[in-house]
Amino acid sequence: MIRLTAWLRDPNPGSRRQARLGQAYLSWRRMRRNSLAMAGLAIVAVLVALAALAPLIAPHDPFAQDLTRRLLPPGTAQHWLGTDEFGRDILTRILYGARITLYIVALVAVTAPVLGLAVGTIAGYFGGWTDQILMRITDIFLAFPRLILALALVAVLGPGIENAVLAIALTAWPPYARVARAETLTVRNSDYIAAVRLQGAGPARIIWGHVMPMCLPSVIIRVTLDMAGVILIAAGLGFLGLGVQPPLPEWGLMISTGRKYLFEQWWVATMPGLAIFVVSLGFNLLGDGLRDVLDPRSAGK
Amino acid sequence: MSLLITLLGLLAITFVIARVVPNDPVLSIIGERATQAQYDAVRLELGLDEPLWRQFGIYVWDAAHGDLGKSIRTKQPVAAEIARFFPATLELATLATLFGVIIGVPAGVLAATRPGTLIDQIVRIVGLMGYSMPVFWLGLMGLLLFYGILGWVGGPGRLDPTYEMMLEFDMTQYTGMILIDAALNGSWDVFSNAVSHIILPAGLLGYTSMAYISRMTRSFMMNELGQEYITTARVKGMPEARVIWVHAMRNVLVPLITVVALSYAYLLEGAVLTETIFAWPGLGSYITDALFAADMPAVLGGTVVVGVAFVTLNMASDILYRLVDPRAA
Repeated sequence: MIRLTAWLRDPNPGSRRQARLGQAYLSWRRMRRNSLAMAGLAIVAVLVALAALAPLIAPHDPFAQDLTRRLLPPGTAQHWLGTDEFGRDILTRILYGARITLYIVALVAVTAPVLGLAVGTIAGYFGGWTDQILMRITDIFLAFPRLILALALVAVLGPGIENAVLAIALTAWPPYARVARAETLTVRNSDYIAAVRLQGAGPARIIWGHVMPMCLPSVIIRVTLDMAGVILIAAGLGFLGLGVQPPLPEWGLMISTGRKYLFEQWWVATMPGLAIFVVSLGFNLLGDGLRDVLDPRSAGK
Repeated sequence: MSLLITLLGLLAITFVIARVVPNDPVLSIIGERATQAQYDAVRLELGLDEPLWRQFGIYVWDAAHGDLGKSIRTKQPVAAEIARFFPATLELATLATLFGVIIGVPAGVLAATRPGTLIDQIVRIVGLMGYSMPVFWLGLMGLLLFYGILGWVGGPGRLDPTYEMMLEFDMTQYTGMILIDAALNGSWDVFSNAVSHIILPAGLLGYTSMAYISRMTRSFMMNELGQEYITTARVKGMPEARVIWVHAMRNVLVPLITVVALSYAYLLEGAVLTETIFAWPGLGSYITDALFAADMPAVLGGTVVVGVAFVTLNMASDILYRLVDPRAA
């Protein structure tokens, strides 16, 4: 262990990997001092663990109905968080719901930044007309409020988990394009790019191999900060009945069924909402901390 | 110029969305049992026989003249319907923004002047909570607590049913915003009933915008307090309150205008979910109701209106920015 940290902190790294890992280690040390960010990291880690282990730790089947035990209050034996209108265990459904949330978040986190990176780097690298047109399109997408555009898209595509992901991704890419373009502009004229070009590399190779990696850190920070928003929009679509369809245990959907019982059986709507709240708070705290650690501009504050 | 291009782009997106709808717009108007002759007549009337680029031209031309098509459900012009629903949303979003500014700005200043203290942490965490809460869930919890359990506020809707009748028959409706109309008519019982209904949704929406405003105020204020003119003012012995609220605040105000305009625009969006919770007959309810009736002209008309409001607010904040900051002029 001591040898490992010594190796990581070596001021004269022997290889590129050692230097990179050493940097990551220093960032990690800086982040460990930020207790709020660590709380966020813990929440996200717990979420991932719970989602992965859901079949093992969940006390019931998420779809098993038992009408004799419907709408039981929290604290009932075997049903810590109570049951819903079909007698399904709410705790179990929240645990399985974590899988759906993670699935949506992961899919959006993969698609939207890739689309944004492609648009932003191409616009930034080529400049001129390409830049003008691509950035105009980006601005137009930014001019729409996200939820409204996602609503209109889902209305056309039809409800369902994949369509919800597609709609969210189509509304989420413009900020990434902006960030990637700004980064591209700063590296476009640097010497190493000129060197690669002199060696005969084409634009595709330069953008893919030498420009995109430079944009990744700032894009990753944005992704983490955006995840909370993605969770909220996905839950909003589910709540309106336009996202994940019943009987799947999606958190937003669970709230919308609990709405009917709000004043008598408050827990049906309350519990899944708490789950959404805690998870998106976790992502927000983590993203905030990551930005403080990785973004040199905010380091002084 | 760039505003025009953006607006044209907005229409292009809704046009594309409308054209890829899998269900036939003609069939959704006349129903499955119509004859071929009826079908052709409606198809001609909708202009679907024209080439796509001409259809787009007609769409833009109509939209520029305030014609957003006819609703499939009610057969009424979409623009007229939206004009009826919009004031309710405007009233809600305006009041919410007021809450957000009145609480958010002082909270941000307080946090900026005491960085790292308990107050700073509280403002930060309360703000982050506002970012993290699903607004529809917050609405349900608010209803449960303040209406269901405590009974402090009026329930869903803009007025109690009895007052709704009074509004309908005894009052002149000048603006469609009940608070203003009631005040102009001097019907103070309607006014107070409207307040008891709007206070909860506006307060909850205001909380989400407060989160954003306080966070940005803090960061702008921190930035200003590090400037040399502040040090000069302090060295001269100026009272700290004057340094902060007069000298620094003037400069914080400039970027803050953009932030408030943006959060106002986002409230129009947050209103969609809040309105469904509070049965608030505004633009959000209009769009979601239309969605479930598969009334695409109404959905897209609502989308265009929100998009235009968004763009207009952004432009207004740009203009205000120039008025307040002489350097930008």
